[in-house]
Amino acid sequence: MAIKKPKLAVFKMSSCDGCQLSLLDAEDELLDVLGGVELAYFPEASSKMMKGPYDIGLVEGSITTPRNVEEIRQIRKDCKILITIGACATAGGIQALRNWKDTREFTKIVYASPEYISTLDRSLPVSSFVHVDYELRGCPINKYQLIEVLNAFLNRRKPNIPSYSVCIDCKLKGNVCVMTSQNQMCLGPVTHTGCNALCPSYNRGCFGCYGPMDSPNTSALASQFKQMGYGKFDIMNIFRSYNGYAEAFRKESEANEK
Amino acid sequence: MKTLDKINLEKLIGILKQENYTVIGPVIKDGAVVYDEIDSIKDLPEGWEDEQEAGYYRLKKRNDNALFSYVVGPQSWKKFLFPQKLKLWQAVREGRGFNIENSNSAEPKYAFLGIRSCELKAVFIQDKVFDNGMFADSYYNNIRKNIFIISVNCTRAAGTCFCVSMKTGPKAKNGFDLALTEVINNNEHYFVLEQGSEKGTEIASKLETNDADDKQIKAAEAAVKNAELNMKRTMNTAGIKELLYNNHDHPIWSQIASRCLSCANCTMVCPTCFCSNIEDTTDLTGNHTERWRRWDSCFSLDYSKVAGGNFRTSVKARYRQWMTHKLASWIDQFGISGCVGCGRCITWCPVGIDLTKEVENLRNSPKTINK
Ligand code: SF4
Ligand code: SF4
Ligand code: SF4
Ligand code: SF4
Ligand code: SF4
Repeated sequence: MAIKKPKLAVFKMSSCDGCQLSLLDAEDELLDVLGGVELAYFPEASSKMMKGPYDIGLVEGSITTPRNVEEIRQIRKDCKILITIGACATAGGIQALRNWKDTREFTKIVYASPEYISTLDRSLPVSSFVHVDYELRGCPINKYQLIEVLNAFLNRRKPNIPSYSVCIDCKLKGNVCVMTSQNQMCLGPVTHTGCNALCPSYNRGCFGCYGPMDSPNTSALASQFKQMGYGKFDIMNIFRSYNGYAEAFRKESEANEK
Repeated sequence: MKTLDKINLEKLIGILKQENYTVIGPVIKDGAVVYDEIDSIKDLPEGWEDEQEAGYYRLKKRNDNALFSYVVGPQSWKKFLFPQKLKLWQAVREGRGFNIENSNSAEPKYAFLGIRSCELKAVFIQDKVFDNGMFADSYYNNIRKNIFIISVNCTRAAGTCFCVSMKTGPKAKNGFDLALTEVINNNEHYFVLEQGSEKGTEIASKLETNDADDKQIKAAEAAVKNAELNMKRTMNTAGIKELLYNNHDHPIWSQIASRCLSCANCTMVCPTCFCSNIEDTTDLTGNHTERWRRWDSCFSLDYSKVAGGNFRTSVKARYRQWMTHKLASWIDQFGISGCVGCGRCITWCPVGIDLTKEVENLRNSPKTINK
């Protein structure tokens, strides 16, 4: 019985390409992935570009231009399942730092002819424009998690992607907590796991590249940072980075702005 | 009772290794005392002690060569009996069916050197969880039955210890093969040795020991007394089950929830917490699948997700569940408290939430129902 392989498409909005590269970087598993799906559209990897509809669409990058808006609406129509990958696509990314500033000011400073630049005022996640079926976190994403999501889809089961804090994986690894033993700020307690506690494993605090966990108590963590001797400016900055525009982190950085 | 010097403590490790034990003991890693394989007493944290407070841990140098002057760190011995992640079985597709393969490889034979009284009690508590007549965990029990236990009595307490309140320390009364109390007096440095089992006596007979005289026994008792006298934290456990059961709707739970991160550190470090999650994984072809068990916690949201919804979405409900299970419903479930007073959940809570203080706050609140 010849089963028709599901068609996979990979799209890019405003981003650095790091997340798409995770898929190409999954060398050992890539052949198995290709055994399970048909790579219908993936400009970064292949010049073969098939037309939609697609079964699974992976979207990297945030929505920052009017063209992005049109594209994402079309992509939604073309894809049965739409999965966003990475901090840009799920929370606006590092480029969302401009959301707190005047974008037109920037274009004037950076470009010789700013009138040619067509951009939105803010960098926003894909879910601000269309319905998203699954969000995969990280800056960049963890390639094993991406394989796991595709794998779960292919084998018709739930992906094993927990939404609890980095602390759980940090403790499973047997790390010594850098907050309690070294007085370092660590966003681990409010950050979604996925990196296998990478930073605390190398003796530094987590800076939140997987965005907020399922029930982030950012204000309690921020008051602990204050007790540890950190000022509002440090606290604002740690919350305002790769996932700074994710709601829980955004509110906490704004609460510490003045 | 006997006495033992450092040279013979080293010899003890050698003998255990000859008998094919993997010897586990305290070592320093990244600024804390953790448990790992040791080859020699040189691996022990000689001359170090710990400072612990709510949400605070530091090691500092002492001005002697004490081998056991720190107490418990972020890890507990449960990781050897109930590993963080364990593959339970795997299955391979065969035609239209599948074959199950048991995947537990050779189980290690451990000697635990330096297990403290509260930690030994925690092992007894987990024994009831993993072998209780209704349920027996084969991995746990296969390792448990072969462990050689050398406990060390505490001669100082950390700021977060409260074993005296929980009647679990600082001196181990039973359940060990050998027990040591370290004595450092003027220029003397020795260990008072107790034998708690036939196996312990047999191993001890291979060492050069002396009979402990009255003075030495008294010195060891005074050293342990020192830990008791220095223990600042306490927990009043009178009627604690009723206190918690009657105050399910007390406003204290919301107050704690406003500070609690639901990060689960407290349950990960607790030597008695036993919750786990089961995950199935497949390879991409779908021909090979594995079932894994991994530590989980009542603080994680997914933990209480069941068909039809989630019965513990608020952090308030999750903290209440943790404390009520530890201190009250554990007693109904296993006939014993789930807390041994080791203080780990206090030290390693990133925001320093202290269960002894919260129990006290609950007791003293005018809104508390005392039936
Ligand atoms: S999420 Fe990070 S790595 Fe991925 S595209 Fe955006 S900036 Fe690059
Ligand atoms: S180091 Fe960070 S992630 Fe690890 S337990 Fe501590 S707070 Fe959590
Ligand atoms: S009590 Fe502390 S360690 Fe436990 S979940 Fe709450 S914040 Fe984390
Ligand atoms: S509840 Fe806290 S003090 Fe009690 S045994 Fe667990 S970690 Fe130790
Ligand atoms: S609680 Fe008691 S037995 Fe446990 S480490 Fe502290 S002093 Fe030792």
